[in-house]
Amino acid sequence: MTSPLIGVLALQGDVREHLAALTGAGARVTAVRRPEELAEVEGLVIPGGESTTISKLAHAFGLLEPLRARVRSGMPAYGSCAGMIMLADKILDPRSGQETVGGIDMIVRRNAFGRQNESFEAAVAMAGVPGGPVDGVFIRAPWVESTGALAETLAVHRGHPVAVRQDHLLATAFHPELTGDHRVHALFADMVRTAR
Amino acid sequence: MSSTSSPAPTTPETGTARVKRGMAEQLKGGVIMDVVTPEQAKIAEDAGAVAVMALERVPADIRKDGGVARMSDPDMIDGIIEAVSIPVMAKSRIGHVVEAQVLQALGVDYIDESEVLTPADEVNHTDKWSFTTPFVCGATNLGEALRRIAEGAAMIRSKGEAGTGNVVEAVRHMRQIRGEIGRLRALDNHELFAAAKELRAPYELVKEVAGLGKLPVVLFSAGGVATPADAALMRQLGAEGVFVGSGIFKSGDPAKRAAAIVKATTFYDDPKIVADVSRGLGEAMVGINIDTLPDGERYASRGW
Repeated sequence: MTSPLIGVLALQGDVREHLAALTGAGARVTAVRRPEELAEVEGLVIPGGESTTISKLAHAFGLLEPLRARVRSGMPAYGSCAGMIMLADKILDPRSGQETVGGIDMIVRRNAFGRQNESFEAAVAMAGVPGGPVDGVFIRAPWVESTGALAETLAVHRGHPVAVRQDHLLATAFHPELTGDHRVHALFADMVRTAR
Repeated sequence: MSSTSSPAPTTPETGTARVKRGMAEQLKGGVIMDVVTPEQAKIAEDAGAVAVMALERVPADIRKDGGVARMSDPDMIDGIIEAVSIPVMAKSRIGHVVEAQVLQALGVDYIDESEVLTPADEVNHTDKWSFTTPFVCGATNLGEALRRIAEGAAMIRSKGEAGTGNVVEAVRHMRQIRGEIGRLRALDNHELFAAAKELRAPYELVKEVAGLGKLPVVLFSAGGVATPADAALMRQLGAEGVFVGSGIFKSGDPAKRAAAIVKATTFYDDPKIVADVSRGLGEAMVGINIDTLPDGERYASRGW
């Protein structure tokens, strides 16, 4: 079986780190900036970055509706930090005109852990990721304020969900792509293989 | 940095190199805009800026007004932090440790130890390792970039010549940095010691750059970007994102130009999109020819 082709949404953010982590997890990778590029991939990572910027660019370049359609029709997607926000059905405190792709029945709070001076690293035990806790790098990170019945919480930090899965969708408030540890990306690559 | 694996800390740690450098990784592919009021900050955020730089005067006005340029008023920085949800950066004078301490206390997300302000110390830059808040610093060449990284800078921007609306110096500095990295790649291990000596930079950093083929931190471009094509040019030359200072709010239609520069920065390699977003932007800032600047007014020569 050939390894799955996984795209990284490359409008803005730490695209290179996700491409490297996915490659390390055994996937074939490509950057996605256009609807026709999105149509080619079997799964998609929405990277860390500025969620307002990514949302505006996705809207301006006609990617938002194709993204929603593919997520609705079962394409596996994984979002870290800003990507988690993009996969949330609802943002608690959206900026004007800030739209998400949605798909995970959850409400997220942006910058919930504070500004950059409060950004931190901490060990996070994550269900579905074998081999002990992951190094959670939280950078102006969101947390999940509440989840619906269909969303499964995989990790909690300071009393708030920070990793969530709903069927073919995965989201983390932290950045595994910055650590050199590819276990979370391996979990996602498995989700993409399973969805084939 | 992002390729090295280390054990997860058991208690939460703030201000680690990974958290500081990782913050800059999140800004990649984006545009950081100079703003002087909360209203301008909102325009920048609505246009898709990844961060704003809170300033009292944009560099073009610093040039015009003359005098000593200092850190901004804390009330003004507070007002901008209040107005937007994207990261807020602010500038301290080179070597002005207390201005940097004040900016950290105000809770800015990144400190720019900047040659655009009047230097406070002509020998020493700030020890940036001693801060929780990450720093970005300017550089005109690889040795300067590595000296700033050795002092703890978590992000580098090529200096260009701020407040001129003229991209020529930004191009010169980006080509210089990237060219020197390329030349390091071609050296063998025996030659790297002499290269470090010539660059006046720590050997360990020189060796790291030779292995990576890039800086160990994010590299943006600054100083003279005024049009969407300028931003796309800097991306094509290897900048991972751009700072735009006077170019936006000294132009005819700031909101439209800001959004156009954001789009051109993402689609820097697609001339059709750069063409589309360049239409009907109104007047660009007038700009200054660098060779008409007296030596004392060349900001890029500040810092060492």
